[in-house]
Amino acid sequence: MGGLLGSASFWLYSDHEVWADALTAVDAGPYTPRYFNQEEWRFLNAACERIFPTDAHGPGARSLGAPEFIDRQMDTPYGHGKLWYMSGPFLNAPENLGYQLSLPPRDIYRQGIAAADAYARQHHDGRSFADLDASAQTAVLKDLEHSEMPLGSVPAHFFFEQLRQNTLEGVFSDPLHGGNKGLAGWTLLGFPGARADFMDWVNQQGAPYPFGPVSISGETA
Amino acid sequence: MNARKTDAIVIGAGWAGSILAKELTEAGLSVTVLERGDDRATAVEGDYPSSIDELRGAIRHRLFQNLSQTTVTIRNTVGQVAVPYRRLAAFLPGEGVGGAGLHWSGVHFRVAPDDLALRTNVIARYGKSFIPEGMNLQDYDVTYEELEPFFDKAEKVFGTSGEPYTIQGKIAGKGNPFAPDRSDAFPLPAMKDVYSASLFKTAAANVGYHPYSLPAANASAPYTNPYGVQMGPCNFCGYCSGYDCYMYSKASPNVNILPSLRQDPKFTLITKAHVLKVNLDSEKKKATGVTYLDLQTRQQVELEADLVIVSAFQFHNVHLMLLSGIGQPYDPVANTGTVGRNFVYQTITTSRAWLPSTHYTNQFIGAGGAGVAIDDFNSMNFDHGPLGFVGGSPVWVNQAGAKPIAAAIGGPGGKAPAWGEGYKDAMVETYRHSLTIDAHGSNMAYRDVYLDLDPTYTDAYGQPLLRMTFTWKDNDIRMNQYVVSKIEPIMKAMGATRYSLEKLATDQLFDTRRYQTTHLGGGAVMGADPQTSAVNRYLQSWDVPNVFVIGASAFPQGMGYNPTGMVAALAYWSAHHIRTTYLKNPGPMVRA
Repeated sequence: MGGLLGSASFWLYSDHEVWADALTAVDAGPYTPRYFNQEEWRFLNAACERIFPTDAHGPGARSLGAPEFIDRQMDTPYGHGKLWYMSGPFLNAPENLGYQLSLPPRDIYRQGIAAADAYARQHHDGRSFADLDASAQTAVLKDLEHSEMPLGSVPAHFFFEQLRQNTLEGVFSDPLHGGNKGLAGWTLLGFPGARADFMDWVNQQGAPYPFGPVSISGETA
Repeated sequence: MNARKTDAIVIGAGWAGSILAKELTEAGLSVTVLERGDDRATAVEGDYPSSIDELRGAIRHRLFQNLSQTTVTIRNTVGQVAVPYRRLAAFLPGEGVGGAGLHWSGVHFRVAPDDLALRTNVIARYGKSFIPEGMNLQDYDVTYEELEPFFDKAEKVFGTSGEPYTIQGKIAGKGNPFAPDRSDAFPLPAMKDVYSASLFKTAAANVGYHPYSLPAANASAPYTNPYGVQMGPCNFCGYCSGYDCYMYSKASPNVNILPSLRQDPKFTLITKAHVLKVNLDSEKKKATGVTYLDLQTRQQVELEADLVIVSAFQFHNVHLMLLSGIGQPYDPVANTGTVGRNFVYQTITTSRAWLPSTHYTNQFIGAGGAGVAIDDFNSMNFDHGPLGFVGGSPVWVNQAGAKPIAAAIGGPGGKAPAWGEGYKDAMVETYRHSLTIDAHGSNMAYRDVYLDLDPTYTDAYGQPLLRMTFTWKDNDIRMNQYVVSKIEPIMKAMGATRYSLEKLATDQLFDTRRYQTTHLGGGAVMGADPQTSAVNRYLQSWDVPNVFVIGASAFPQGMGYNPTGMVAALAYWSAHHIRTTYLKNPGPMVRA
C-alpha cells in the first residue's frame, strides 16, 4: 500500500525511465519484448495489425510500434493493476457495473492470448493465429469481439476490447511510449501533437490546420 | 506524533477547501489543510511539454484519484449487491492539491435562480401532483440575491471570461438572456468562439433559440486576481480537461488561491494526510478535531481544532460524515436520516454532426470552458406542463480539445466499424470534419437513490467503502430525450451532411464503464428542514455545529449547469457567515 507506487514521484521516475528508453531505442534495432514470450509476441503483432491494418491510408499498428507499446505498458503501474481497485471479493455482476475480475492487464494478456490462440488452432487445423491469413485472423477477432466464451478467466469480448484499446493507444500516443513511430498515427488524423498553441487558429472558417505534428521530444513527421 | 492544535482544520485542498482556508486565515485563524494526495505545482509536473502527454494524462489518469487505495461500490437498485468501481470511467474524482479543481475544464456558471427553489417553483406553476412519486424535490433555502455577491467574488478570483446580459438591471451585452442579473461585469471578455461553436451560434439563432458564449474560467486575456496572482491568456491548446494548465490560463486552486495562501504564516498544508474520521465528543454534538493517517510514516495523527471544514470531493464528504457519525445516516426504507440522502448526478449525452469534407473542425483546438450554449431548455425556462417532467438541460458546443487516443477509442461513430477494415476512413472523416453537441442536464433526487457504507468492501486503510445506489429514472430520461430532440433543427441549420442524436434510452441503467461526467452531487444537502437536509443554509451541520460541509454534496438536485461556480459561491457564502456570525458566537446559526 502506498510507498513510491501511485505517488507523483513514481510517475516522474517512471516517465523518465520510459523516456530514456525511447531515446536509446532509436539505434537499438528491432525491439525485443520484455514481457511477452515469442508465441505471445507473434499473436500480438498479428492481432494489432488486424485491428489497425496497413492500407492506402498508411502504415498499420505493427510498423507503428503498437506491439512494442503494449509490451512496455505491461511493466508500468497500469500493467500491474496498480491503478485499479483489486481487493476482493470478486463477484459476478451485471456488465454495466464494470470490470470485476482479479486480473491486471498483464494477466489478462497472458491468459487471453493463450486461449485465443488455442481457439484459432481449434478452428484452423492446428494453425496458430499468427499463421492464418488476414481474413481468417479478422474472422477470429470478430468471433472474440462478440463472444462471452471464456479465454482463461476473461470473457472473449473483454479481452478483445482490452486489445483494441491498447492497440489504439499505441498508434496514437506520443512516441516516447514506444508506438506512433514517425508520428504516422497523428499525421493520419491531422493531429498536430505537442504544438498546443492555436491562438491564430481559433476560427479560420473551416480551413484545415496547416502544420504537421511534433512530438514531446521535438520529433517532427 | 503528539496531538496538536489548530484553530480550524480544512479537509481537502480543492476549490472548496482552498476558498475556506483563504477566508479563515483572513479572519485571523490558524488553518491546517489536510490533503491525502500529493502537493502539485504547475511549474513542476504541469510544465510544457511533458504535461500534455495524453497517455499519461487523461488515459492513465495522472491527476485523478488512484482507486487502488480507495473507491466506492455501485449498484443500480436497493435489492442488488454493490460491487467496486474498480477502474475509473464514468466519473473522475481528483486527488492531490487542487483536487478536481486542477483537472476540471473551466465552464463557470452561476445558477439558474429557479433551481434554488425548484420544489416551490414547480408546485407554484404546475401543482404538487406534478412531482412524481418517490422524487425528493427540495429547495436550497438560499436565494440568488443572497448568493450574488459570492458569485461575483468567485468570478473575480477565478478570472472568469464571459459576456453579460444584464448588469444592475440594464442590458449590458449579448450574453445569455436567461442568466440572472449581475452586480458587475465579468472580469474578462468572453473567450472567442471556435469554428464549430460559431456555426452553432448562427444555426441556433436561425432556428429561434438564444445562443451565448459560455462563461469560462479560462482567461481570455492576462489577468491579476484580487489575491495578486496572475493568469496568462489562453492559447486554445486543448489541454484543459484532465490536465494542469501550463499556460496558467485555466483557474485552479493551485494557480488562483494557493500561491497567496502559502505565504501566510497562519496557513499549514499537510499532504499525504488521509483523514480517517472527524473526532466528536461523547454526545456527538461537537467536533474536537480529526484523526488522519500520515501516508508516509503510516502513523495515525490526532489534530485538535475548534472548527472542522469538510470540503473534500462530493462523495468523500458524505463518506467522512458516515465514518465519523456526524448526523443520522439516511435509511431509504424507513425514510429517516439525512446523511446520504438525495444523491444526484447529471444527465449528459453527446450527439455528433458531420460537415462537408471541405470543412475542417480542427477539434484539437479548444478550451475546456469555452463554447456556445443555449438555455432555452434548461431549468424552468420552458413550459413543462404538457411534457410532464421536471428539470432541463443546456445544450452546447463545448470543444475542449479532442485528443487522438480518446477519439480513436471512442471510434468514428454512427454505423462505422470500431476497428479493422474501414475504420481509418471513417475515423479520419469524424476527426477532421465532425463536431459534437451535448445536452448536459439535470438529474432529480429520489427516495431510493442514495449513499451509505458498504457492508463488504473496505479501503486500503480498513474502513468501509462508500456505497452508491444509483440509476437513471424515467423523469430524467424523458427530459434528456425531449431536449435532444431540440438539437435536430440546429444540426440541420448548421449544414450537417449527416448527424447522430444520442439520448438516454427508456429504462436505461447507469453504466459505470463509460465516461459521463464528474458532476456528482448531494448526499449532505442544504435546506431549511433538518429532517430532509444534513446542513443548514450556511452549510453548517445541523447535528455538529462546529462542522461545515462544503461542496456539491450540498445540492438537493443535480442542476443543468456545471457545478463548480455554484460550489465556489456556496463556499464564499458559508465562509462569509462563519466570519461575520459564527466566529463571534459559535453555535447553531439556524434554529431547527
